[in-house]
Amino acid sequence: MDAIAVENLTKTFEDVTAVDGISFRVAQGELFGLLGPNGAGKTTTINMLSTLLRPTSGRAEVGGFDVLKRRDAVRKSIGVVFQETALDGKLTGRENLEFHAMMYGLHKAERKRRIDEVLTLVELNDKARTLVEKYSGGMKRRLEIARGLIQNPKVLFLDEPTLGLDAQTRRHIWDYVRMLNRDRGVTIILTTHYMEEADFLCSRIAIMDHGRFVALDTPARLKDVLGGDVISLEIKGGEACLDETFGARPWVKKFARRGSEVTLTLEKGERRIAEIVTLAQQCGASVDCVRLREPSLEDVFLHFTGRTIREQEASMADRFRTMMSAHGRRRS
Amino acid sequence: MMINGTAIYVLWLREMKRYSRAKSRIFGSLLQPLFFMIFLGLGFKKMPVPGLGAGVDYIQFLVPGILGMTLLFSSAMQGLSVLWDREFGFLKEIMVTPVSRTSIVLGRIAGGTTTTMIQGLLMLAMTLLLGFRIKSALLFLWALIFMGLIAFTFIGIGLIFASRMKDSQGFGIIVNFLLFPLFFLSGALYPLDNLPRWIRVVAFADPLTYGVDGLRGTLIGVSSRPVLVDFIVIAAFAGLMVALGTVFFRSSESI
Repeated sequence: MDAIAVENLTKTFEDVTAVDGISFRVAQGELFGLLGPNGAGKTTTINMLSTLLRPTSGRAEVGGFDVLKRRDAVRKSIGVVFQETALDGKLTGRENLEFHAMMYGLHKAERKRRIDEVLTLVELNDKARTLVEKYSGGMKRRLEIARGLIQNPKVLFLDEPTLGLDAQTRRHIWDYVRMLNRDRGVTIILTTHYMEEADFLCSRIAIMDHGRFVALDTPARLKDVLGGDVISLEIKGGEACLDETFGARPWVKKFARRGSEVTLTLEKGERRIAEIVTLAQQCGASVDCVRLREPSLEDVFLHFTGRTIREQEASMADRFRTMMSAHGRRRS
Repeated sequence: MMINGTAIYVLWLREMKRYSRAKSRIFGSLLQPLFFMIFLGLGFKKMPVPGLGAGVDYIQFLVPGILGMTLLFSSAMQGLSVLWDREFGFLKEIMVTPVSRTSIVLGRIAGGTTTTMIQGLLMLAMTLLLGFRIKSALLFLWALIFMGLIAFTFIGIGLIFASRMKDSQGFGIIVNFLLFPLFFLSGALYPLDNLPRWIRVVAFADPLTYGVDGLRGTLIGVSSRPVLVDFIVIAAFAGLMVALGTVFFRSSESI
């Protein structure tokens, strides 16, 4: 049985379609990533799968239960770490966990055992009696991850788990997430707009843009779509000859030159560097610099959406402003 | 399965912890009724106010009214606390749990009623220091029931509004355009007989009118209606508003 099965899931807010007919399945034990810019529909998807929002149309099952018909069964099988902090600052860390455990009906002895266990896991034992309003951002996140695990969920949703955290804390949280997935077999659905996060953690990634999936595969195969490594050269002179030479080589999958910068896409790039430099020199070009890089998810995103995630976010912000002024009300 | 006792208890417990940790909120919310008591009470003490009832001085008349005010504002704030939870994200944490929405509403009502009753009793204790005298201990138990019913009524109304609002900013408008008129129309400050006839008609639709009159009947032994009538009407309002508040809260979007 799949941990998650989604068919044609759609959510419309008045005239805005936030999620537009997505379909996917997540196997048990997977670490599945939803990658996309802000406003792509990731959080709306999570909110529908966690029963907080009713889908406009389509179907979704989580842990084998329909999110509309078996809401309580779904709620019992999942843990959610929301994008924005959802802790009570006037309670201590431990009290927040107690609240949660009691809402899930855990009995006293079990409650204590589970809470101690998850506090140890996120290394917050010595801060458990401090009011949460005194916690740092990273501590709050860790506490929320701990809380999401108390009820032993089959599926854990992490909505932008490292948003706004410093690099060290982010690394720390990545380690937890990996450990939970690998050692404890928790199925994890993670949303992020950080490429390296999706790449590092996820076994499969769905790239989401304007409410739709534009690609869905393992990080490695997504990168394969681009056709190999990227070599870029900075050259002086011989441009016309270079265009002709590289354009005619069958092992060059893609060739582009912008001024003095030449970009080649090819397989096994490291084995061609010497040849490329020789060819360039034969054209009378002097080579100032050679760079080889493996394609990143950033390149993949660019390939599928035609824009980098940064550009995407800038334009989303524009659309948001237009929408907000048109409606004259706040929406998030 | 619909009613989850543990969940109601822990929601109530959370409210108690938050309340006991907000010392400034407790004392701050007692200042307003205290000022009303002192300045209105002392100011009008020597002035003849018609219709108070035989042998009742203005302070005796005023205390149940100010108690009603304390209960009104304190209980309606339960709606505001739902909106705060929405803004601070904690509402999601509550709504994503497998607890029936009815139990969630009941937990909130339990918490709100307790804090409201504590506020009311603290306020009443202050007035004892200022010279207020309760008529009889037995009637006082009835006064406690009236306090609870007033709390239920306005917690219900607070939940209705909170279920239809996205943030707490609009709640100030509710306070100004709903709570203050309800307070002034309730006869808390002066007998309603002194108002023009058409305003009196509106006042009879105000649940607090019956709440305050019932408090007067049970605390000082003087009321403009039989206390039983007050009890029946405010109990009906309480039942209706709690039911409506529950229905509205259940049907509201979780986030």
